[in-house]
Amino acid sequence: TMAFRHKNTRRIEGLDSNVWVEFTKVAADPSIVNLGQGLPDISPPSYVKEELAKTAAVDRLNQYTRGFGHPSLVKALSQVYERVCGRKIDPLTDILVTVGAYGSLFSTIQALIEEGDEVIIIEPFYDCYEPMVKMAGAKPVFIPLRYKNNGNSTSSADWVLDPAELANKFNSKTKAIILNTPHNPIGKVFTREELQVIADLCIKHDTLCISDEVYEWLVYKGNKHVKIATLPGMWERTITIGSAGKTYSVTGWKLGWSIGPQNLIKHLQVVHQNTLYTCPTPLQEALAQAFWIDYKRMDDPDCYFYSLSRELESKRDRMAQLLQEAGLKPVIPDGGYFMIVDVSTLNVDLSDVDEKQPYDYKFVKWMIRSKKLSAIPLSAFCGPETKRQFEKYIRFCFIKKDSTLDAAEAILKNWNKQTA
Amino acid sequence: EIFKLTSFLSLSLQAKMSRPVQAQRLEGTDKNIWVEFVKLAATYSTVNLGQGFPDFPPPDFLKEAFVRALSGENHMLHQYTRAFGHPPLVKVLAQFFGKLLGRDLDPMTNVMVTVGAYQALFCCFQAFVEEGDEVIIIEPFFDCYEPMVKMAGGTPVFVPLRPKAPKDGKLMSSADWQLDPAELASKFSERTKAIVLNSPNNPLGKVFSRGELELIADLCVKHDVLCISDEVYEWLVYDGKEHIRIASLRGMWDRTVIIGSAGKTFSATGWKVGWTVGPNQLLQHLRTMHQNSVYHCATVAQEAVAQGFQRELELYGKPDSYFVQLPKELQRKRDWLVQSLDAVGMKPIVPEGTYFLVADISKFKSDVPDVPDSDEPYDSRFAKWMVKNKGLAAIPLSAFYSGAHKNNYNHFIRFCFAKEEATLKAANDILQKWKQEKTSP
Repeated sequence: TMAFRHKNTRRIEGLDSNVWVEFTKVAADPSIVNLGQGLPDISPPSYVKEELAKTAAVDRLNQYTRGFGHPSLVKALSQVYERVCGRKIDPLTDILVTVGAYGSLFSTIQALIEEGDEVIIIEPFYDCYEPMVKMAGAKPVFIPLRYKNNGNSTSSADWVLDPAELANKFNSKTKAIILNTPHNPIGKVFTREELQVIADLCIKHDTLCISDEVYEWLVYKGNKHVKIATLPGMWERTITIGSAGKTYSVTGWKLGWSIGPQNLIKHLQVVHQNTLYTCPTPLQEALAQAFWIDYKRMDDPDCYFYSLSRELESKRDRMAQLLQEAGLKPVIPDGGYFMIVDVSTLNVDLSDVDEKQPYDYKFVKWMIRSKKLSAIPLSAFCGPETKRQFEKYIRFCFIKKDSTLDAAEAILKNWNKQTA
Repeated sequence: EIFKLTSFLSLSLQAKMSRPVQAQRLEGTDKNIWVEFVKLAATYSTVNLGQGFPDFPPPDFLKEAFVRALSGENHMLHQYTRAFGHPPLVKVLAQFFGKLLGRDLDPMTNVMVTVGAYQALFCCFQAFVEEGDEVIIIEPFFDCYEPMVKMAGGTPVFVPLRPKAPKDGKLMSSADWQLDPAELASKFSERTKAIVLNSPNNPLGKVFSRGELELIADLCVKHDVLCISDEVYEWLVYDGKEHIRIASLRGMWDRTVIIGSAGKTFSATGWKVGWTVGPNQLLQHLRTMHQNSVYHCATVAQEAVAQGFQRELELYGKPDSYFVQLPKELQRKRDWLVQSLDAVGMKPIVPEGTYFLVADISKFKSDVPDVPDSDEPYDSRFAKWMVKNKGLAAIPLSAFYSGAHKNNYNHFIRFCFAKEEATLKAANDILQKWKQEKTSP
């Protein structure tokens, strides 16, 4: 038989492996306490589930809706975000609904990035940024967050960008910078001052800003989520990305959105009409209804946008305490639902493990096998140069119900005893 | 002011600012017929036979499956499922299509779920087509194939279905539109990466015969070309015709990606659940593309569609099967609309499949005078006039042709007949009234 000549295109060359494909398989065993993938095991609010159940009975909601976003959803989004941003947002021209924030990242990058462009990515980063930039033919330029207290980091706020180092990364080829705040995996909530440094550089170099703000509602006491698009000179060059999955604890709905000026969003809409055309109708309608419910109570502390973060703050504190009692040093996040931990202090010797993987990969696999607890290795979120720097960290997800955290507690208490 | 500004800015910044902000891959892909025609239908139509979606509901068993999935104890159906397809769905798809193809299919490697058949098409082009590649597209075609090939950097190569005159006195059938074998063969070159096959065909409703498929298959094998087989209307075949899967022909399994759609299969276009079936050596690259573009598809609809397929697996071939009921129902509607159009002088091409039919509106041309130097194809102007003045929405056939060929068949419009009886009756009333206006003094 003739050799099969049909290989993949260059654009996806080398993009086949992926930390999730590797680790979700390993952690799928139900006996393992899964604090790895960012997946809530708490229930979404009941009204959200009810709204979706209602949609099946409405005939037209089972058929195609408007390609760029279901009318009632884009209207609701424009209302919520007009209030948050303090500016008029046109639901038809300034918003695109996508398949998750993932789909927004893809549409944005495909619309605006190409060969010859450079895109600045802050490390550690949500892992899809790098392959998506590469698929668009552009060059990722990495800059790490560095902890400013020499060695004894306890808060996500201790991880900062060096302004001079950042400025050096910008040049005439820099098409965009990807910002993620609140940040996955560290949980950093960029301050207004930090955002101003980034904004100044974007304006100076006429660079776009792709702002991944999926965890925008999950900020803890003493912190405020600031939207870079609201800084002077930034609206016209920023795409702000949000997620229903993170807002309402419904990751399986896979709905996200991009918000920005018409002259940028229109190109994302072109990508969308040539990739999947329209997102599912019933989910968009249910999401719109949920948004109206919470929009009406945005002045009320019971609004889910605030009540979820209160609920998560106590889980954060509990998770931190468990890890500290086990002798570990967690980095307390100011936002998001992840916590990173330096595991090198446990001195687990994995030098006999043959695999040429970074320490944290080996550690997590060992931890899953021998402790029945899963997490995600941090070097999955780094470019090639910084893997050494981050390979002593692993990431835990704490948007988990009490019984899951109880099970994690049992493992961590036991662990301490064994290694004493 | 401008002089001051430009001298102030560095040369490289000026260069950047004068470049368009959007990527080049979008060039030539921004126009989209649906954006315009959907808006027109929404504004003017009283009877919408334009965009292809049913105005009747999905079957009860499917809606019940959806509600059941949501009301259960398991709220984890609101969270991510397996990225390449919810396990119950890929399992039943592997079983179902394995039976149809006479093959053992592995749900994990031979099936991948996508956000509608649309995203499946996108993954195929992105995974296999790049600059230097040609892709053969048979005209008329579902309009997204062309921009998708372009966005992937490929060159579309078009080959038309050509109408043969029907037998005296008979209405034309979609079977009368055929490829010229020599013409088709001439389109294959060493640069040909793939051919897109759509059977049953949107917009004509043609169901390619075994002989026609063998013609295409032989060329694919001879030139070592991939086949992207869009079979979303696979269950909508009429008059006892058989939908033949090209992947089941000799030499084709290894080079074919079959694309299907829950939207069309279960009359739930708004659910946006589609799938690809094929050999692992092709699907592995679709998985790579998928995981770097949307990654996961929504969970609940996949669960409900899985249950729908489970039911159909048990009822396969039996009278209660939705896949038996639906085409029976749609054939009735087809015949009704054919009769309606024929009675007023619009000449329908009787479709062998899908829920579309195309009609020749030449007899109504007097209502919409020719504009000699118009950029817009005649049928497009006609369709716009018709929706604005008669409230009846349809899609011009030129929408399904490449730019260079839009005027080749410019007196046809496409109707969707997946509509309630009341809708088809209302369409008939409009047509009758229109005819009367033309014939009365």
